[in-house]
Amino acid sequence: MKEYRTISQIAGPLVFVEKTEPVGYSELVNIVQADGTIKRGQVLDTSDELVVVQCFETTAGLGRDSGVRFLGETIKMPVGSQMLGRILSGSGKPKDGGPEIVPEKRLDIGGAAINPYARDTPRQFIQTGISTIDGTNTLVRGQKLPIFSGSGLPHNEIALQIARQSKVPGSTEEFAVVFAAMGITKEEENQFMQDFERTGALEHAVVFLNLADDPAVERIVTPRLALTTAEYLAFELDYHVLVILTDMTNYCEALRQIGAAREEVPGRRGYPGYMYTDLASIYERAGIIKGKKGSVTQFSILTMPGDDITHPIPDLSGYITEGQIVVSRELHRKGIYPPINVLPSLSRLMNLGIGEGMTREDHKKVSDQLYAGYAEGVDLRGLVAIVGKDALSERDRLFLEFADLFEDRFVRQGHNEDRAIKEDTLDLGWELLATLPEEQLVRIDRELIHKYHPKYRKKAAAESGTSSATASDLRSESM
Amino acid sequence: MVTAVDLDAHMYDVVKVGHEQLMGEVIKIQGENTIIQVYEDTSGIRPGEPVENTGLSLAVELGPGLLTSIYDGIQRPLEVLVEKMGDFIERGVTAPGLSHEKKWEFVPVKKAGDSVGPGTIIGEVQETNIVHRITVPPNLEGGVIREIKTGSFTVDETVCVLEDGTELTMMQKWPVRVPRPVIEKKNPDIPLITGQRILDGLFPIAKGGTAAIPGPFGSGKTVTQQALAKWSDAEIVVYIGCGERGNEMTEVLTEFPELEDPRTGKPLMERTVLIANTSNMPVAAREASVYTGITIAEYFRDMGYDVSLMADSTSRWAEAMREISSRLEEMPGEEGYPAYLAARLSEFYERAGRVETLNEDMGSVTVIGAVSPPGGDFSEPVTQNTLRIVKVFWALDAKLAQRRHFPAINWLNSYSLYLDSLHDWYDENVNPEWNRIRIWAMEVLQKEAELQEIVQLVGSDALPEEEQVTIEVARLIREVFLQQNAFDPVDTYCSMAKQYDMLKAIKTYADRASAAQKAGALTSQIVAIKAKNELPQVKFEKDYKPLLDKIYAQMDAEFNAMKEA
Ligand SMILES: Nc1ncnc2c1ncn2[C@@H]1O[C@H](COP(=O)(O)OP(=O)(O)OP(=O)(O)O)[C@@H](O)[C@H]1O
Ligand SMILES: [Mg+2]
Repeated sequence: MKEYRTISQIAGPLVFVEKTEPVGYSELVNIVQADGTIKRGQVLDTSDELVVVQCFETTAGLGRDSGVRFLGETIKMPVGSQMLGRILSGSGKPKDGGPEIVPEKRLDIGGAAINPYARDTPRQFIQTGISTIDGTNTLVRGQKLPIFSGSGLPHNEIALQIARQSKVPGSTEEFAVVFAAMGITKEEENQFMQDFERTGALEHAVVFLNLADDPAVERIVTPRLALTTAEYLAFELDYHVLVILTDMTNYCEALRQIGAAREEVPGRRGYPGYMYTDLASIYERAGIIKGKKGSVTQFSILTMPGDDITHPIPDLSGYITEGQIVVSRELHRKGIYPPINVLPSLSRLMNLGIGEGMTREDHKKVSDQLYAGYAEGVDLRGLVAIVGKDALSERDRLFLEFADLFEDRFVRQGHNEDRAIKEDTLDLGWELLATLPEEQLVRIDRELIHKYHPKYRKKAAAESGTSSATASDLRSESM
Repeated sequence: MVTAVDLDAHMYDVVKVGHEQLMGEVIKIQGENTIIQVYEDTSGIRPGEPVENTGLSLAVELGPGLLTSIYDGIQRPLEVLVEKMGDFIERGVTAPGLSHEKKWEFVPVKKAGDSVGPGTIIGEVQETNIVHRITVPPNLEGGVIREIKTGSFTVDETVCVLEDGTELTMMQKWPVRVPRPVIEKKNPDIPLITGQRILDGLFPIAKGGTAAIPGPFGSGKTVTQQALAKWSDAEIVVYIGCGERGNEMTEVLTEFPELEDPRTGKPLMERTVLIANTSNMPVAAREASVYTGITIAEYFRDMGYDVSLMADSTSRWAEAMREISSRLEEMPGEEGYPAYLAARLSEFYERAGRVETLNEDMGSVTVIGAVSPPGGDFSEPVTQNTLRIVKVFWALDAKLAQRRHFPAINWLNSYSLYLDSLHDWYDENVNPEWNRIRIWAMEVLQKEAELQEIVQLVGSDALPEEEQVTIEVARLIREVFLQQNAFDPVDTYCSMAKQYDMLKAIKTYADRASAAQKAGALTSQIVAIKAKNELPQVKFEKDYKPLLDKIYAQMDAEFNAMKEA
């Protein structure tokens, strides 16, 4: 293979090479340092005179004396069934002291788009055991639902709890976790790895680690390696794969850095104008395909700079993903775990996965009513701050109390508390709604109220003469 | 983006790039250099590979077979692509927009000796439950028919020969960036009935009109667009998923064949054409998708149909322009968008309209564009430039969405400039009282907004009695009339008659409440009227009249009892 010694310029992660043979877009490149160390990169631009290479590692140590070899192929990920249980670097090299991956296939990491005609509609309910997700922002198989968090908030705990508890009730199909860390700290890495080991999750997992002190540019490939692996496990080996990407904010920063090095005209707040398209090429790699058994579900984490949901990173993500789970600093300060604020949270595929035959017929209506009640209560808090509690009508006072109750009982739960959807989450919802006047429950039709409202359930139980208390009764006794 | 040298090309010519013959379009010519935007991923393409010019600009195939199809942005049928290359969209595969093998039953409506001009309908094909009218392509001169056939033909076979020897088939090709000609644009004065109460009731759009629906992520653009695609009383629907999610298109694909058109009882899919160029499909094809869609819409309009076109989202289209423009290193305008953004947007919306077709029929294309402003901030260029053009503005509001008030369309900021021209239609077709009740409802909502400001300062108890009733009536308008659940099988579509009945019932309560108040009743009594609590239930009943009658009777009884007391 020909080695060029025609580097004309090095700027940030970019290396400019003059007068080469024809080189293809996105081709893989080895840059050979004077001492023989090899760094990897990829072709960003190519013409007869000049090739621009983006180096995945730090360009420290590179100079005009370095050699450049074009490998004639785009980046490929070696994949195989024995990848489960392995820990790899952000560029896919073994990091656990184990052997190289024996490839059964080498797949292009760019990932072609799933033909929308080949997709199947995601509609299988995943129970995470967390009420604010299962009850009001339900996740389904094949969905991409990120966590929008802020620095210092317990998003990792939530992600881990989800990874631990997620199940499709009644299903015994094989599942796997693909975990890709981008720019996380050593401490965070330990948190994840210890939990994976403690719970035995590692056996079902493939881990990619790009840590804070690893090269930023490598972060561009890490999620793509992870998703290529996930697609392989899902669509060729029939696994139901949960992909956790963290932290997408670090990924976007790397993107910005490369854009700046290429002297591109920056878009909003300095991020590249193509960031939407680029993020879509990651987030859209989730779903299910007709005729295939497996699925790829994406649960990414991003930290909102300055807790600002209108910042380009959460904003563009929210425009692509199928909803978002928003972690709130205010709830965290109140000591509530998991501090999920349901108001700005949303699961767009929820309606497909809930209701009769999937969760329960009243699910949607209960969820809507809980939202409406909580939203109203939260608004009233603002009013109370101005006019005082005494100026509130009786009705408003009830809503105000409802909001507190909702946070304290519905939102708050233990790190290892795994709530079942019907018996725990939905019945708890009814129990809370029962504190509001019945005619205020305008989102729920009479029929369902008569069937599920604790008042009528008690009545029904009393009339039928049985002593069987409802699940919610049991819980309120035990509390 | 690829640069070719010494290619004899014109702007917007379609070219084939490299050994794989990837499709692309000429977007800039500079000396010997021709800059080509390739519709597919260019990884691995090397300098020195050949480029071939087709000499044609990007065109779509128009003819029987369009309905029920799903295409990418450059009219490649996605169903065929799955057959050709599997579940993922690989590059370098082409497929024609229409099947060239399938035979269609052609029934002429003209005979030998008739003279036909551009746009004249010469025959019909029963494509789905929709009759596909075959026209003389608008760019032909026409003439006298020498021979016209009856029977089964592919789209390539000649069905009609003119005296001058011109052979006509059932297919025509039309360049997507060129509007199809019409005789004349008319004033849009018939509403597009959408079955969505806040739209039909407060901010209607006319057939042939234009509307924008901007909103932050998760506020309801797609749900609203899909509701319109399902329930609006257009005869043909073109739905463009432009740079959005794959799953959303799949949802349309699985849901539409199972839904019935409330007017014809036929599967909704049979009147629908889908364009899906999702966010992870190539940006250049995304840019083209909007043109592909509107050209197909115009083609059906030319058959005398009312077509509605939804584009979700025009912001992604604008961003595709921005990405292409920035690669060309063009001088950026506002927020990096090219300086021609406003021009492109208005050219696009200009292709909407209620028209007299070349065949002298009436047809229309209604265009409804979703806009996705960064950070939900409407002051950004795409929203602002769109609002300068469109006549209807449905402003989605994140606050309403968070509160699960759906559709989250803000009733104070939204507007329709068609209200005047549609006035008479409502008088004649809904109820002579409709326009008045609508204005009343808007006034109550306006008033409520003012009162809410006071409530925020001093609490609701401090309001005068009369205005506390206004607040209650406004709440009913919001919760009963405006809120509409797109996922409820009954509530998802609400006929004009039902809309009128619902609003009328609320107005009746309001009138009786104010009469009772004048007679000395207490606000707390008026607000406590139980009958009105049943009103939300009306939404979910298909056969709602008995319930409504019951509510009226109960309301009557309660108010009368109050009077006596
Ligand atoms: N009319 C409605 N009835 C019930 N729910 C609705 C309605 N409109 C919107 N929603 C809810 O809001 C969610 C988000 O709506 P939608 O997907 O249309 O948002 P969007 O504006 O298109 O967002 P994006 O810009 O990210 O695509 C839906 O998944 C649904 O839960
Ligand atoms: Mg949308």
